[in-house]
Parts: sequence; C-alpha cells; structure tokens
Amino acid sequence: MGVGVAQSGLARKEQVSGWLFVMPALVLLGIFMIYPILWSLWMSFQVGRGMAFSFGGFANIIRLTQDPVFLRALTNTLVFLAIQVPIMLVLALLFASALNDSKLWGRGFFRTAIFLPCVTSLVAYSVIFKSMFAGDGVINQVLLGLHIVSTPIPWLADPFWAKFVVVSAITWRWTGYNMIFYLAAMQNIDRSIYEAARIDGVPTWARFWYITVPMLKPVILFTAVISTIGTLQLFDEPNLLTQGGPSDSTLTLSMYIYNLSFRFMPSFGYAATVSYVIVVLVAILSYIQFLVARDRRA
Amino acid sequence: MSNPLALIGRAATYLALSLAAFVSVFPFVWMVIAATNTSPDIIKGKATPGSALFANIGTFLNSVDLPRVLFNSFFIAGAGTALTLLVSSLAGYGFEMFRSRFREKLFGGLLLMLSIPFAALMIPLFVMMANLKLINTYQAIILPTVAWVFIIFYFRQATKAFPHELRDAARIDGLKEWQIFLYVYMPVMRSTYAAATIIVFMMHWNNYLWPLIVLQTNEMFTLTLAVAALSAGYTPDFGLVMVGAIVATLPTLIIFFLLQRRFVEGMLGAVK
Repeated sequence: MGVGVAQSGLARKEQVSGWLFVMPALVLLGIFMIYPILWSLWMSFQVGRGMAFSFGGFANIIRLTQDPVFLRALTNTLVFLAIQVPIMLVLALLFASALNDSKLWGRGFFRTAIFLPCVTSLVAYSVIFKSMFAGDGVINQVLLGLHIVSTPIPWLADPFWAKFVVVSAITWRWTGYNMIFYLAAMQNIDRSIYEAARIDGVPTWARFWYITVPMLKPVILFTAVISTIGTLQLFDEPNLLTQGGPSDSTLTLSMYIYNLSFRFMPSFGYAATVSYVIVVLVAILSYIQFLVARDRRA
Repeated sequence: MSNPLALIGRAATYLALSLAAFVSVFPFVWMVIAATNTSPDIIKGKATPGSALFANIGTFLNSVDLPRVLFNSFFIAGAGTALTLLVSSLAGYGFEMFRSRFREKLFGGLLLMLSIPFAALMIPLFVMMANLKLINTYQAIILPTVAWVFIIFYFRQATKAFPHELRDAARIDGLKEWQIFLYVYMPVMRSTYAAATIIVFMMHWNNYLWPLIVLQTNEMFTLTLAVAALSAGYTPDFGLVMVGAIVATLPTLIIFFLLQRRFVEGMLGAVK
C-alpha cells in the first residue's frame, strides 16, 4: 500500500516535470504557429482589401485558377523544386560517400571546403553571384576565354538563364549542408559490411547503391522533405538575385504572397489562399516521399 | 589494390572533389578580390586585386550606419540564439527524458508542424504584430523563432545519447530537475549545443524575409537588410556592396571555425 502511494506520487512528479520542460515551447508554438496557421485558413475565405474584408466563400480559389501571375509563380516554383532538389541531394550523397573513405587524403580539407558555402551570409552570396554572372562578368570571361561560348550568355536578362543562375546559387549554398547529414549518418554504418562486400568483389557503384543508399534511407528522406519545404517557399535568392525577373520568370509563390500583401494594395485574403497552396503542396509531396521511402524498404 | 581501374577511379574521385572544392571556395576569393576593385571593373570580370579597397570602404561607411546596423544584427542573432537554444533544448530534453503517451502524441503533432511553411504564417504574424504594436521592434523578430520545431527535434534526437544513469545519480545526490538540466545535461551535451549554435545563429543572422516585413526604419535595419538594400537594382555599386558582403560573412565564418570540431561531433550525435 505504502509503496503504491509513493510510486504514484513519484509518477505525478515525473508528469509535472515533463510538462514544465516542454511547456514554454508548446505555448510559443501555439501563439506563433498554430494560431496563425488557423487564422490564415480562415482568411483564405475572405475577400476585400486592407483590413476591410468579408466572407467570400470559394471566390479566392476561383481567382487562383484565372490568375496568370499565380500560375506562372506556381510553375516556376515547381520547376525549381524538380530540378534543384534532386541535383543537390545526389551531389551531396556522392561527395559524402567519397569523403567517408578513411584512406582518402585531405578529407578534412575537402569536407570544410564543400561545407563552407553554407557559412556565407545570405546577402553576401547573392551579391557575389549577381556580380559573377553580370553580362561581361567573370563567368562569361572564363567561358569566352576557354572558347566554350562565342558570345556572352545573358545570365540575368534571359528567362531560362536567370532560372539557371538561381538554381546554381541555391545548389552552391546548400549541397554541403546536406552532405554533413549524410556524412554523420554514414559513421553509423558498420565498416565490416563494406569490407565483406569488397572481399566478395562487389564493385564500388554497387556498394554505394546497395549498401549506402538503403542504409541512409531515413536521412535521405529527412533531407528530401526539408529541402522540398525550403524550395517550395523560396524567396530570398530570387528576390536578391533577379527580383523575380526578367518578366516574372523567377517569380516564386512566396514572392507573390509578399507582393500581394506588402507591395501592392494589401489583399490578405487572396494572399492567404496562395499561401495555402504551398501548405497543400508540402503536405502532398511529403506524403509521397514517405510512401516512396516505405515502398523501397519492403 | 593497384589494378588500373581502381587507380582511375581514385583519380576521378580526387578530380571531382578538387573541382567541387574549387567551385565552393572560388566565390569567397572573388568576394575579397572584388572588394579591392571599382564597380565597373567588377562587372567586367577583373579577377586581379585592384586599388579601390579604401575607396570602397569609405563609400560603404558613408552609406551605412555600421555600428548601429552591427548592433542590431548581433543583438537579434545573439538574443535570438540564446532563447532558441534554451527553450528548444528544454523541450527536446523534456520529450525524451520524461515519457508519457500523451506527450508522444504531441511530439508527433510537432513533427507535422515541421512542414508548415513560413509563407503561410507571415501575413497572420504581421497582423498580430501590428495589433500588439510590435512592428519595427526586436521582439517582433525574435519571438516567433524561439520555439523552433527543427531544433526541438534535433535536441530530442541528441538526448537519446544522454546516459540516464547520470540523471539517476544526480537525483540520488538530491539535485532538482532544473538543476540536473542546468548542471549535468548542458555541460555534457556541449557539442550538441555547439552544432545547434552554428545552425541557429546563422539562421538568425541571415534571416531576410521576416525582418524585411517587420523592420521599417533604417535605424532598426540588420546588416542583411542594409546590404540587401544597397545591392538592389540592376547595377548597384558592387565595390561597396562587396565590403558589406565581407562584413556580413565574417561573423558566421568565425563562429564556424571556432566551433567546427564540436559541430561535427554534435551532428554525429544527432543523426544516430
């Protein structure tokens, strides 16, 4: 009896302590995340300008389908996603598996060098890329000097090349970041698996494909989801590099939401609807990524 | 060991890694060289050091109130990082060390929050800050980022490596729960904190969109906003902007090199 009372007293103390530790974070998340996201959902059914709005039902959703700027921003964002995320994650995985070789000379140097871009400040790298990709800038000078092109490429003035510059800039910045996650996870793979495979004569590519990739699946999934979320709300780089131009070719959904809310006559309801497009896309794509990861395990 | 195919593969690996290292480092070299050149020279692609460094520094200092802007950036990033680490590590520790079925469900809900994009929060947060009369204040920048799901998740993962025996021993010694956290957990987990410091500080330091919305006067601008404003337009004065870029990059670079060893250890702990 006495032991039971003491036990339940202890258990209650555990409960109280547990709540005290997580409470500050939960309260703040409630105020700055749960409440705003619900408010946003409610807002997306309101029409009107500034703070004067009224219930509009599905008016905003209908407006989406007829808004050429929105459709362009959506297309641009999905193009960035489809091209940039796979290239970056594959590069990160290849670099990580090359650097995981303990016999590699200069590992520390290569690791630091490839990670270095994610230590640059955001504005700094945007400015650097903007100047390097100027019409007569250093990149064009090198390409002309090596006779790879005969006339300078209009990097930031052409819709296709402007997208290319944005994708290159983001890949430059974030490949090393993802590589660190892979490198960290690779430390946990038992070395003897690789040794056994090597002795059995399994070639390098097969060891990569049949050992490394399956073992890293949870981390690959994690980085894929995080990168997808990041790219779907891309704002900083296109805003600093191209301001969405030329002719909206690098305009993203986040930039459009910003323009709708803070640059044009504020249209919070419609902007909230556009933001829920991102929420829905994130949800669908994360779900698909989970399904793919689960499928390959079976 | 030394069959020709393996040698070729080895050479290709070194070549690819060297190329990647060059591409990664070249923009830094370019930034430093460009800061010594005039803007017309920079956009002509001049890749040799010039003599315009002091002129560029002069124009930069004339167009930006550097002490003020640096103070804003360091205050926001410093206070923001300290609060984020404290609140998020408390939560990560709490979720891992005190289990209950209900809190596990909450944690699952927290992970779902990882996928809430900031784009969907910025309008309501802006209206909220406007109602609270917090537009153009430090609090408006810092408060929404203090409880950060990604960092909570990171600390919970890392806490799995924290030995429960240490806590039990501390309890027998009569330490209270908050004392155990402060005097046992925090020192033991310093590599985890170091790695988180790099990530969180850089996020605060580089934060662009939210300060762009909330900070409205020049004397509240962070370095990121000030340099971004100078670099707007099709052909800004790249000479002075490069000086700004160097100033903006130095703090994160220094923090990274100071904490680098711990950073790697901390990341290893979190991904186990």
